Amino acid sequence: MNPIIVTNWMRSAIDDARRRGLPELEPFLEGLAQSLAALRTADAEYAAEPQQGPATLGDPPSDNERS
Amino acid sequence: MSAPDLRRIVDVAPLVKSGAVSPVDLVKGCLAQIDRRPEINAFITRLDREALTEAERLAREIRDGEYRGPLHGIPIAVKDLIDVTGTKTTSASAVPVDVAAGDAASIAQLRQAGAIVIGKTNLHEFAFGTTSDESAFGPVRHPLDPARSAGGSSGGSAAALAAGMCFGALGTDTGGSIRIPSAVCGTVGLKPTVGEISVHGVVPLSATLDHLGPMARSVADAAILFDVLKGRPPFGTMATADRLTIGTPTGYFCDRLERGARQALERGQAALVAAGHDVREVDVRYASWTPAVYLHIVLPEASRFHARWLETTPGAYSPGVRLRLEMGRYVLAEDYIRAMDLRRALTVAVDAALDGCHALLLPAQPMPAPPLGAPSVEINGQQEPVRAAMLRLTQLFNITGHPAIALPASHDVDDFPRGLQLVGRRHQTERLLEIAAACEPLFEPRDPHLG
Repeated sequence: MNPIIVTNWMRSAIDDARRRGLPELEPFLEGLAQSLAALRTADAEYAAEPQQGPATLGDPPSDNERS
Repeated sequence: MSAPDLRRIVDVAPLVKSGAVSPVDLVKGCLAQIDRRPEINAFITRLDREALTEAERLAREIRDGEYRGPLHGIPIAVKDLIDVTGTKTTSASAVPVDVAAGDAASIAQLRQAGAIVIGKTNLHEFAFGTTSDESAFGPVRHPLDPARSAGGSSGGSAAALAAGMCFGALGTDTGGSIRIPSAVCGTVGLKPTVGEISVHGVVPLSATLDHLGPMARSVADAAILFDVLKGRPPFGTMATADRLTIGTPTGYFCDRLERGARQALERGQAALVAAGHDVREVDVRYASWTPAVYLHIVLPEASRFHARWLETTPGAYSPGVRLRLEMGRYVLAEDYIRAMDLRRALTVAVDAALDGCHALLLPAQPMPAPPLGAPSVEINGQQEPVRAAMLRLTQLFNITGHPAIALPASHDVDDFPRGLQLVGRRHQTERLLEIAAACEPLFEPRDPHLG
């Protein structure tokens, strides 16, 4: 599954804000997009660390956890 | 012009108990100070008549030999985000609300201890800001300079304390809203461990990040208020702190500080060493992730609460607050969950930084009180948005839930207060208060000056 790209998210959000009569929201959403990029980068970095990252649903406990 | 009564609760309580000072006089003194400094705009709702009636009743109790403890007859200000029976909880907003039918749990605890609610303090609208200048009731102005912010969002509570309009106050803290105005106004503000103090009867901003806590003019006073809020007998003698090991997180926390904030930190560290304590540098892993994690938790949670009003009465909000709330409606669920996952990583990181330390020490704010309405501030030649700068050193501990306290500290750069922040282990708020009580005299806060 392709992740939602931050720029696509931002364009959709800005288009929606304009449709709702809130063009002044655009600079706020641009700032939020920068924050979102930082969040996703952090998430990827954390998941790539050894023994880190959230377990997927249904993972059985390891032998260490069972003992 | 009479000087404001800037005594601490610990100093005035014995006088109230003995009858040397009447609660009625304490209330009258606070009300007179509110009258003297209207430009601070610290209060939204005054409870003059109710407070005086209550003071008379509590004075009779003392004469009858019924003394409840150190808060008996002490005037307390309450952030207008917290329900007090018979008053509207305005949240500093024009959004219509009903009169509160009952006290918040924290107010009930304070009343049981004999405290007197003197009024509801002004704040940043719906607690969604750091400067208390977006309020339907006008901005809170710094007691030292009306052109400067008192910080926020609990700005009215901090300004009222600093200006002698009350002896203690309640605030809330979602990203720093107790500690920020406390540092800016030169008072003490405690954010307890997450979930430790009930937020029943408090208008929420973010269910994950909200904390309620005491604000006072000394650590000892904050400890008394904290004990009462926890529902236990107050004013047990605080254990003295043995030789402390204090960790100062570097990098993200100390790279960008204006001169007074850095001087306060360095003086505090030197004083701790001179007193025989150990001060060491520590690293908080992943600290730079803090702003993104914070934003992706606070925005959707705040927007969820405000969804109905944003549809029905959007024009009632301050424009800036409304737009930030609207932003939250665009955060995707998967990114909120990413932020909650990273919250766990940050919590472990702060626990690790505290390993081998009694507490962390860092500035509470990177700069002094900013000008009212300023969108950005300059720190060491770099422009930074005001909100981001004011949240930078406090918001991590809302994410992780560690207890944190701001207390004033010495510097000689200008007349405006600077605050240091001590962070303790989770679920050990009492120990943090003991450590803060040991550090407080070493940090050499200035005499109260803001009346």
